[in-house]
Parts: sequence; structure tokens; C-alpha cells
Amino acid sequence: MSKLQILTKGLIKENPTLILVLGTCPSLAVTTSVQNAIGMGLATTFVLMMSNTIISMLKSLIPDKVRIPAFIVVIATFVSIVDLLIQGFVPALAESLGIFIPLIVVNCIVLGRAEAFASKNSVFDSFLDGLGMGLGFTIALFLIGTCRELLGSGSFWGYKLPFVTGDGILVFVLAPGAFIVMGFIIAIVKHFQKAKH
Amino acid sequence: MEYIVMIIGCVLVNNIILAQFLGICPFLGVSTKVNTALGMGAAVLFVMTLATLVTSVIQQYVLVPLNLQFLQTIAFILIIAALVQMVEIILKKISPSLYQALGIFLPLITTNCAVLGVAITVTQKADFTILDSTLYAVSSAIGFALAIVIFAGLREQLELVKVPKGMQGVPIALITAGILAMAFMGFANLV
Repeated sequence: MSKLQILTKGLIKENPTLILVLGTCPSLAVTTSVQNAIGMGLATTFVLMMSNTIISMLKSLIPDKVRIPAFIVVIATFVSIVDLLIQGFVPALAESLGIFIPLIVVNCIVLGRAEAFASKNSVFDSFLDGLGMGLGFTIALFLIGTCRELLGSGSFWGYKLPFVTGDGILVFVLAPGAFIVMGFIIAIVKHFQKAKH
Repeated sequence: MEYIVMIIGCVLVNNIILAQFLGICPFLGVSTKVNTALGMGAAVLFVMTLATLVTSVIQQYVLVPLNLQFLQTIAFILIIAALVQMVEIILKKISPSLYQALGIFLPLITTNCAVLGVAITVTQKADFTILDSTLYAVSSAIGFALAIVIFAGLREQLELVKVPKGMQGVPIALITAGILAMAFMGFANLV
């Protein structure tokens, strides 16, 4: 597999959220607005990149039997770093993402990539894989966030749409809207995927 | 009275899955049959209660006095992972039948964000005592079990229905969950 393929496979073909349906909790919970979605996506991308790189470096040192706890410690370290950085530099984002920043630790995408890719491949490949998967996750969050913000509050990135009056369809910002929007987006992605084959 | 309000609040109003979006992976993954959903619910109830009890003790008597709150995420996830392993070993010895019933679900729980989520949530509530935290965990876990069992029932029915081709599988499950969440919104003003 070429370097470019490793980077781009996470974007669409093996998109972690829309195709593999991993990491569903943050993709439903923090996509009430585009800003939150992008913030969460980039935070996860950073963790994925760093943890993949470090785990790939340590792969020959970690005994096979305790690899999962070892991976979790590496991931938790980077999550704590991200958590403190966001609290320090973007307190508004920390406020709106809340508990979901520390919960990146249990995001199945991160542990999944560590186990499936970083523990078997070279350092640079693992870095690219983490970057690609993270950006794929960000794209998926961006799509869901855009739909929910447009329908739910009639705005995009916090700016009201022209010609729109009123508040939008509230249910799309609330919990049910998240499930329904994600359901339809996955259905659409599946449709295009089938059409391609 | 305060406790009753908290239990109703956690189970119905702020349901951990349908309102707080924690533990969606097992909610979608192990909800194809009512029996497995019940097993998962029981395992989560067991682990979440224990984990929250231990983590809130650690938070109150170790992390806060030593000013180590920044280690919270690492400490909690390790405690939960160790606890799940320990519960597995103890159950295997003491009650093989329960171990058989919960067996496959226990390792899955380490990466269930609901457990870590509740453990972190209770530390953010300033006036929570350890008893409050444990009760919060128990009622959240009951809410988890309730939601996953109802959802499994719905999915069993869904198998008998003709679903449009593109919607089969995950999409229809998510939309069903959305409608279920809408039903739970009806409890909004209960407490």
C-alpha cells in the first residue's frame, strides 16, 4: 500500500464513523454545531496521530499479554494533554464539549487503530494512518454537525442563514435529531458505496 | 425524597444512552436479542456501580488531597480496566453460572464510555458524597439496561418488517433509536 493510500483510506473508503460505525458516542453527542464538531474532530485527530506514532515506536517493547492496558495508558496520556490544552487555550470549546474530551480515551477508533494498525506497521505509516483516520472522523462529524446546525438552528458556524427567520427545528439539536440525522447520512453513504461497485 | 428524584431523573429524564449519548457502541452492538441485552445491562449495572464507588473514593482520598486531579483520566481508566479484569477472575471462582451468563460482556465494558463517563460526571458534581455517587451510578446503569432492553425488543420486531434496501442494518437502527429518544423526551418535565 502506498503512503498516499494509507493516508486517504480513512477519509472515505474506510471512514471510521460512516463506514465502520465506530466512535458513535462523540459523533452523536457533540455535533449540535459545526464548531463543536470540528473541535472534537481535531482533538481526536491529534490523539490518534500521537498515540499511533508512539505505540508503533513501542510495539516491540510491549509484551503481547499486556498490550491493551499499555495502549490505554499511552492514549490516556495524550488525551490528558489535549484536555489541558483545550481548557487552557479554548475554554469556550472545553465548556461545550465537556465530558467528551476525557472520553476520547474510550473512543473505539483510537484503540482500534492502535490494535489493528500501529502495533503492526512502521512509525511513519502509523502516523499517516492516524492522521487519515482522524481527518475521516472530522469529516464525518462535520457532515453531521452541518446538517444538525442547519436544520436545528438555521445557522452555519454560528452565523444565521440569510432569509431564515425563527429558530429552526429544535428536535435536530436535541438527542433524537442526532440519531435520525446520522441514520440518514449512513444510509446515503451506503447507497453511493453500492453504486460504485 | 431527594434520592427518588435522582433515580427517576437518571433512569427516565436524563437517560444515559438516549439523552446523554454515553455507551452507544454496546447499545447498537449487543441489542439484536432481548436476552443478550439483559445480560449486557446486568454486567454494566455490576461494573458501573463498583467502578464509580472505587473511583470516587480514589478521587476524594487520593487525587484531591495530593493535588493530582490532572491524572484523573489515566487513573480512572486504569482502575476500570483493572476492576473489570478482577471482577472476571472473582466471578469465575465464586459463581461460574453468573460468569457464564455475563462472560462475553465483561471485557467489552472496559471500553464502554458509559462507565468512565459516569465516573467522571460524579466527580464534577461538587456536593456529591460517595453514597450519592454510587446511587447515581446505580440509577444510570438501570437507565442503560432499560434503554438497551427496550431497543432490543424493537429490533427483534424490526427483523420481521420489510425495510427499504438502503436503510437496512445500522441506518434503520439509528432512526429507531431516534424515535425512542423522542419518546423518552416525553419524560422531560417529570422531575
